[in-house]
Amino acid sequence: MSESAVAEIGLRPAQPRRLLKPETQTAMLFLLPSFLGFMIFMALPILASLALSFTNWQLLTTPSFVGFQNYIKLFTVDPAFYTILGNTLFFAVEYLAVNIIVSLTLAVWISSLKRGKAIFRVIFFLPTFTPTIAASVVWLLIFTPDGLADSVIRWLGLGLPNFLLSSSWAMQAVVLVTLWANVGYNVVMFNAALDLVPKHYLEAAMIDGAGPWRRFWRIRLPLISPTVFFATVMTAITSLQVFDEIFAMTRGGPGSATATLGFAIYQKGFTNFQMGYASALAWVMFVMIMGLTILQFHMQRKWVHYDD
Amino acid sequence: MTTEATSRHPHSQSQSRHRILRRIGTFISYAGLSLIALLFLFPFFWMVSNAVRSNTEVLAVPVRILPEEYQWGNFVEALVSLPFGTFLMNSFIVACGVTGIVLVVSCLSAYAFARLRFPGREVLLLTYLSTLMIPQVMLVIPLFLVVSKLGWINTYHGMILPVAFSSFGTFLLRQFILGIPKDLDEAAMMDGASRLRILITVIVPLAMPAIGLLSLFTFIAQWKSFLWPLIATSGLDKATLPLGLTLFQTQQGTSWNYIMAGATISMVPGVVLAIVLQRVIYRGITVGSGFGGR
Repeated sequence: MSESAVAEIGLRPAQPRRLLKPETQTAMLFLLPSFLGFMIFMALPILASLALSFTNWQLLTTPSFVGFQNYIKLFTVDPAFYTILGNTLFFAVEYLAVNIIVSLTLAVWISSLKRGKAIFRVIFFLPTFTPTIAASVVWLLIFTPDGLADSVIRWLGLGLPNFLLSSSWAMQAVVLVTLWANVGYNVVMFNAALDLVPKHYLEAAMIDGAGPWRRFWRIRLPLISPTVFFATVMTAITSLQVFDEIFAMTRGGPGSATATLGFAIYQKGFTNFQMGYASALAWVMFVMIMGLTILQFHMQRKWVHYDD
Repeated sequence: MTTEATSRHPHSQSQSRHRILRRIGTFISYAGLSLIALLFLFPFFWMVSNAVRSNTEVLAVPVRILPEEYQWGNFVEALVSLPFGTFLMNSFIVACGVTGIVLVVSCLSAYAFARLRFPGREVLLLTYLSTLMIPQVMLVIPLFLVVSKLGWINTYHGMILPVAFSSFGTFLLRQFILGIPKDLDEAAMMDGASRLRILITVIVPLAMPAIGLLSLFTFIAQWKSFLWPLIATSGLDKATLPLGLTLFQTQQGTSWNYIMAGATISMVPGVVLAIVLQRVIYRGITVGSGFGGR
């Protein structure tokens, strides 16, 4: 990012310094609508949430300032916190890896077809239209004891327990459902990027004797890497926040096997009405997400190519 | 899609073997992908299959793939027993309102971030991006305070405006605009075009695939949205579809079959939109890729 900015400045002749260059004025005008909305509906609530994390607020009482007490309680007293942190990281890492591999595979597979691309795109995108509540209820029905999933497992002779009743398998069910519900976003996005790869690059490589595997790693992947990067960042951010599926399917159970940060924030805030404590949890989540995103932005220099 | 057992053409042997192998490859490719697609579609089949059963049959053991008795009337029942027409209209108004605002606001800001130089650009961009990391579940309480202070509870603008300024669109469009050759802007600038003109006549048409993608993502996210409509509304008159679906879960028990019927109905607008927009997204891309010899 910064590289492109430097290159751009270098190319242009030095301009006379003024208080506000016309380009800056244009930029301010263009950014005005998003900036106004950003301040009122983002910055303000975010600051409010930060302030709340230093209070004890039971929703109906007046918030009282307690300093870092919520944070100290989190890391030292709350016995469930490290379990929740572990579950969140486990889900995020497994889901992110599986999602990117599956969506890239499907996108490359679909783009290799001569006919019927549109049909497959729509099929894999279909679950993303389903209201999460409806999708979760369908899967709840599939995983219900003696339901469809159990019947299939018995029929295949796999000897697995009911996923949602087993503390070691419940998280896998959540990963499966979240993948089913969301993988279409990345498939469609990767497909769009793959279709943008100029044909003559691939033809040139083919003439040079590069096989499909080499063409993917050397040409397609580097050329779509900005899109892959975008998808990886967004998927990581949303997977650390996973809530809907867990709320609808497991409520954090069995035991606390699927209790993630997103679910814990909801539970503390909206069930126990500990808004201050929930806000502190949310800020822990924010720091985790930010850390991961900074790491990704740092690593992108190694594998993301921009056409500048 | 079909394979010929033997090639009767008088080509050299290696050439015809090559062709047969390629046909087999194509067949396996289609068959494999179709199988995955069928597995993917299965939950929808299950949704519809349970939407036309009686509620007791939904939970009956052993599991039956097809209903014993088809109750097609469940769809009518689900539509009539609750004001589904109102829910559909509310969902539609909110989703379209948010999408419209997101498109205008994101195009302007993405262009500014991708092409214009101004002091503090990188810092502001990072600030925007960092808001994507803010957990949604936590923003809801402060947002409720803002909206109720403004007196916007149970209004369309109260449901639309607070969710219309996410920086997701800015980030997505900026990434795409960075991929459009700068020569095009510069050529237009030589012709004396203003920045707004360049954005509208050069960038927007080329970025149509990304804009289509953003419209689709935004519309569907709003169509599915549950938590914010739940908090921003206070009555059935402004309730959206997902809120309506939960009304089938009452203290008397859950009407699984009606939920499934309602869910099936609630998918229709999204599917139609996806089919329409997919043309925009992919046709635009074909135009874009033939451009400028990238």
